Amino acid sequence: MSIVSALGHGQGGGGTSPAVAAPRRRARGGAYLLLAPGIAYLGLFFVIPVVALLVTSLYVPVPGGEVGQFAPAFEWRNYTAALATYWPQLVRSFAYAFVATVAALAIGYPMAYVIAVRARGRPFLQGLLLVLVIAPFFTSFILRTIAWKQILADESFVVSAIRAVGLLPPDGRLTATGFAVVAGLTYNFLPFMTLPIYANLERLDPRMLEAGADLYADGPTTFRRVTLPLSLPGVVSGTLLTFIPASGDFVNSVLLGNTSTTMIGQVVDSRFFKVSDYPTAAALSVVLMVAILVLVIAYVRRAGTEELL
Amino acid sequence: MAGPDARSGADLVLDRVTKEFAGVPAVDDLSLTVPAGSFFALLGPSGCGKTTTLRMVAGLERPSDGRILIGGDDVTHTRAHQRPVNTVFQSYALFPHLTVLENVAFGLRRRREPDPLGRARQALELVELPHLAERRPNQLSGGQQQRVALARAVVNNPAVLLLDEPLGALDLKLRRQMQVELKRIQTEVGLTFVHVTHDQEEAMTMADTVAVMNAGRIEQLGSPAELYEMPRTAFVANFLGQSNLLRGTVVENGGALVGVDVGGARVRVPAERAVRTSGDVLVGVRPEKLHLLRDGEAVPDDCNVVGPGRVTDVSFTGVSTQYQVEVPALGTLGVFVQNLLGGAAVGLGEQVRLACAVRHTFALDGDDDVASGVVALDESA
Ligand SMILES: Nc1ncnc2c1ncn2[C@@H]1O[C@H](COP(=O)(O)OP(=O)(O)OP(=O)(O)O)[C@@H](O)[C@H]1O
Ligand SMILES: [Mg+2]
Repeated sequence: MSIVSALGHGQGGGGTSPAVAAPRRRARGGAYLLLAPGIAYLGLFFVIPVVALLVTSLYVPVPGGEVGQFAPAFEWRNYTAALATYWPQLVRSFAYAFVATVAALAIGYPMAYVIAVRARGRPFLQGLLLVLVIAPFFTSFILRTIAWKQILADESFVVSAIRAVGLLPPDGRLTATGFAVVAGLTYNFLPFMTLPIYANLERLDPRMLEAGADLYADGPTTFRRVTLPLSLPGVVSGTLLTFIPASGDFVNSVLLGNTSTTMIGQVVDSRFFKVSDYPTAAALSVVLMVAILVLVIAYVRRAGTEELL
Repeated sequence: MAGPDARSGADLVLDRVTKEFAGVPAVDDLSLTVPAGSFFALLGPSGCGKTTTLRMVAGLERPSDGRILIGGDDVTHTRAHQRPVNTVFQSYALFPHLTVLENVAFGLRRRREPDPLGRARQALELVELPHLAERRPNQLSGGQQQRVALARAVVNNPAVLLLDEPLGALDLKLRRQMQVELKRIQTEVGLTFVHVTHDQEEAMTMADTVAVMNAGRIEQLGSPAELYEMPRTAFVANFLGQSNLLRGTVVENGGALVGVDVGGARVRVPAERAVRTSGDVLVGVRPEKLHLLRDGEAVPDDCNVVGPGRVTDVSFTGVSTQYQVEVPALGTLGVFVQNLLGGAAVGLGEQVRLACAVRHTFALDGDDDVASGVVALDESA
């Protein structure tokens, strides 16, 4: 309280007496001191790498040099060249991430709803269901994605079952398709969608639902008019936590896709590690970062949830 | 059923309704009738089952047993959203994501009524908040939220409006003001109001009929004056105002007056004011109905007299003076005397007799607990 009000006064301008200013400065110093570890961490592992990335993205190859030898420069054409070549992968990444986010929302929201609202008052059941949501994290991401490769393999019973019911032509396949990549993305990021929505719905005041029922709204209407709008902040966090990492993901497209399902993360990976084309990889990373930032800002604005967050 | 668009109040009948939570009854075999268009108050101490009763009427809780009828239709097994009932919740329960206006229009929109926003504005005018229509609930004061909650319920013209201690969170001044307002709205729109409160003054000033509840049951039901002048149980006698209750035994009955022996003194009680006319009884009298008689003062006609006793406490409260008089074999009696002539007429330690008109005396079942329903001092504020 005292820190907050002290900071609030600080914004008013310099007209305060020294007697008031002294404790204010101390309070400020204390607050910033608490931030120090976070700032140091972010500086070391975020700001420096991003600056390095920006600088690298403008490098040019050393004339007559070996593969992977670059010299500092301001070569903006790295960006246009990278975009001209890799825009399909970039667009595909966002398209896949978008579909996976929608799918994760469609699966994750009902799960979160059942755990938070339907199982309310039954802590054991709630705990059990939550563990089931989190359990996949107990094994490695890569292993689970490889398991999906097995599940969607041509000879797997899942695929033969889908063929049997006619959802897939007899010679149709799931493995190494865009569908498999999106399915993998959806699966891998599902907990990131479910948990924020759960955390939000958990706080939902049951008296709001009673007020809805009292005001002539049946179950579905109360959900649409009360529960859903109130849970929007959870939905926004969940979709961001799913969409952002999914658009940069490369594991799923490598393990579950084919050459025509390549995502931008995969391109960055191969430009960087396979052909040592550092400037292009860096330029693509920067483009990805900026694009995500723009999309996220537009989305949060559109959702209009700032005041609920 | 009556249809959710009843334009004026409807009768509400609870027929032997019981609600148990894990086998423990919160409401126990309760029956009552609220006539259409009346202001009904449910009064009782904390935990006596008032909220549970309201929730069953609203459809938010299912009775374990019994029936609920609104306007003659059995609604026991209908869902909350199907009942022509609206509630002003103890906690207001306004929707934080909607503006004040949209909160008020919510019920109208759900029932696809024409011009929901226009009517919501009218309802806001009724509670004198039209200027706050575009605010969010969290930008309002407690009293304003309370009035929005009232508008949100009243705007639907429900057959029965349920109010669960809606004034509980307000300070005394705002509470009095809102009581007047509520009463005005009720008369204006002619709805059936069921108002839950544990403030006896609120219940008595606002309601046509008051039901005093205790431990899941209705102790007594009637007009405020009836309950006050002729309580039928020790709980009601003590919970509604204060009473002097004296243990006695009936020694004479059969006529219009019942003769009772209290600690050696003989008092008379009108038979129609006695819950029982034989055996052990509690003879009761309100403190303001007692007169102090000093030595030699003549006994007025048709009065019961006890004493003498000693004045052990005198406290001046402005309008009246409150005395405590200790009478041997009877205990301590409270006496309120109007300060018509200014100041206390009787001093501490004086010997006085106490007189009370026979027609103001009442008699209760002798098995009642003399102290039941006594409101602790700090609660009565
Ligand atoms: N959901 C519930 N589960 C178990 N017991 C309950 C439940 N709701 C109410 N009770 C019990 O039922 C009794 C009546 O509760 P109720 O809320 O109706 O009291 P009240 O008269 O409204 O009290 P107050 O004046 O404090 O609001 C209490 O003993 C309470 O503990
Ligand atoms: Mg209550």
